Amino acid sequence: MSASTQEINNLINQEYKQGFVTELETNTFLPGLDEEVIHKLSKIKNEPEFMLEYRLKAFRHWQTMKSPEWAFVNFDPIDYQSISYYSAPKRKEDGPKSLDEIDPQILEAYKKLGIPLDEQERLAGVAVDAVFDSVSVATTFKGKLKDAGVIFCPISEALREHPELIKEYLGSVVPITDNYFAALNAAVFTDGSFVYIPKGVRCPMELSTYFRINAANTGQFERTLIIADEGSHVSYLEGCTAPMRDENQLHAAVVELVAMKDAVIKYSTVQNWYPGDKNGLGGIYNFVTKRADCRGENSKVSWTQVETGSAITWKYPSCVLTGDNSVGEFYSVALTNNYQQADTGTKMIHIGKNTRSTIVSKGISAGKAQNTYRGLVKVLKSAENARNYTQCDSLLVGDQCGAHTFPYIEVKQPSAQVEHEATTSKISEDQLFFCQQRGLSAEDAVSMIVNGFCKEVFKELPMEFAVEAQALLGLSLEGSVG
Amino acid sequence: MLSIKNLHVSVGDKPILKGINLEIKPGEIHAIMGPNGSGKSTLSHILSGKSGYTVTEGSATYQGKDLLEMPPEIRAREGVFLAFQYPVEIPGVSNVYLLKAALNSIRKHHGQSEVDAMDFLTLVKGKVRLLEMDEKFLYRAVNEGFSGGEKKRNEILQMAILEPKLCILDETDSGLDIDALKIVSEGVNSLRSPDRSFVMVTHYQRLLDYIKPDFVHVLANGQIVKSGGAELALELEEKGYSWLEDAEASA
Repeated sequence: MSASTQEINNLINQEYKQGFVTELETNTFLPGLDEEVIHKLSKIKNEPEFMLEYRLKAFRHWQTMKSPEWAFVNFDPIDYQSISYYSAPKRKEDGPKSLDEIDPQILEAYKKLGIPLDEQERLAGVAVDAVFDSVSVATTFKGKLKDAGVIFCPISEALREHPELIKEYLGSVVPITDNYFAALNAAVFTDGSFVYIPKGVRCPMELSTYFRINAANTGQFERTLIIADEGSHVSYLEGCTAPMRDENQLHAAVVELVAMKDAVIKYSTVQNWYPGDKNGLGGIYNFVTKRADCRGENSKVSWTQVETGSAITWKYPSCVLTGDNSVGEFYSVALTNNYQQADTGTKMIHIGKNTRSTIVSKGISAGKAQNTYRGLVKVLKSAENARNYTQCDSLLVGDQCGAHTFPYIEVKQPSAQVEHEATTSKISEDQLFFCQQRGLSAEDAVSMIVNGFCKEVFKELPMEFAVEAQALLGLSLEGSVG
Repeated sequence: MLSIKNLHVSVGDKPILKGINLEIKPGEIHAIMGPNGSGKSTLSHILSGKSGYTVTEGSATYQGKDLLEMPPEIRAREGVFLAFQYPVEIPGVSNVYLLKAALNSIRKHHGQSEVDAMDFLTLVKGKVRLLEMDEKFLYRAVNEGFSGGEKKRNEILQMAILEPKLCILDETDSGLDIDALKIVSEGVNSLRSPDRSFVMVTHYQRLLDYIKPDFVHVLANGQIVKSGGAELALELEEKGYSWLEDAEASA
């Protein structure tokens, strides 16, 4: 390896800044999973009876399933009996009524992460639901949202206060039988966010959930459900971090989005779970099922994700385009380094007439990492004049990493138009030298080149997140001029 | 400005430059001519700091400092500019962004504050007009989809904005039609000043019709075999390089 390639690698190898541990008294289940644990879980969360049945059904189904092996990732089998399925910071019986009652250590942890929860310092225009291990610890701007008719609360609270909505929609996009990790999540999910936007309402601010895994040997199984009723509009952001630990930790989330007629949902993720150390020790297994149902006519769902963390990422945010003229979009940047593995992409299922989907995927691979795009574009017979455009670009840094593209295309409707473009490139020494010869340091040059590569995706992110995403890749702000 | 003494440079085990001596004073224009494989591009690369070359002997002193010790970005910030023979494309990075980042890194090096966005645009637009470029170029990705002539003009635009002290033009005339060559040459001529020096590396004499050099040096087999004034270029045009190479071989 030449000197400058080594230099590029050093630059991409930045220290994980969110790796601190918060010392807290917690209420944590002993490791292990059986029906008794699920009973206990449902009880501690004071859930309605139908929820317990839902969980048990999912658990029994999960027991009949096998861990999937088709993804282009390698890891040792997970021992599901060695994981604790519930961990929550100790607090008063009925939960904190105001931020004053939240453990200052937790507030401090979020502050360190740049997510202030206290009244004075809140992010302007962004409502935050903070999920710490298995529970939601705070949700900001609840009152203001309520005035607009928007429900934004922890899903455990929604289970108690809006059971009719949960009953109708939970599992309607990702059924418990969908896949191994979705079944596990349905059985043991602990918290997550619930959003309901009523008819015709444009959500007055960005909604955001910040997931933090803190406790050791626990899994985080969060569940998010967003329902956008007819003609409504919502933009939702999701951020994730975890401490540095030598053991792998499992994060198996399920996200369901439902967009009714004329509704628009924009879902953005900046995923920065701990990726493991330079030698591939530790890190989060991020096995996530995310799916949107564009149920109504003219509905639109847009997924944007920036994936820089996790030892293994296994996720395919998808759109089922049921309604006529509905639109699905997927914009993704996935950066893998050292021994990180990512197998990510999307599925666009065209069912309605004139449905359209756009996929833009940017994979950056450095060190000894493997980065895989896996995507499915499926056009059913009913989807007359369906259109899809897919663009997959891979950028390699160094000569020991890999980029792979597995596009699956199934078309049953002759009037459909499906396009697929793919490129693979390397940060060349010539590019690097050119930038240095103009006075930029190698670090700034790599940042600039990577940033340029990801530009099409970054411009889809809400402003607050675009900045964070660029900072995450160690980048200076591209496009600040002109 | 620049003093090169007995410079020997190898690529791997292969010696390319075998004892170059060159003195360049402020305001001078030196043309380095020579046949293919004579070491012209190596000379421009070694001066600008490209990796992959080993200096086995000799020195290059720039403004009293050891040039060869400096990393490439420090050379750039100290005022050494290479106009590339083959400018690279950087997809997704706009020209204007690169220019601003480059200018600010140079200003910072000299203890100056970052340039204000409005002032910067005024500066850039002025230079764009000078080079008869379309302002749209500023917002396109660096060199992406540019024609050969556009890429070279873009190099001169960068030079005009960064205002270097020592400009090295590596085969700037290659791939240019006569109109583009005129525009590029006018751009370079407009940048001539008593405290700015140029090293023009070129295979052909025609560039020298437009940019008149003070000195012409002929490089053959890694050495400067003949130096003279502008008239030497004309002599080369007439006789080719072989008489010099032959002379050197028999010497």
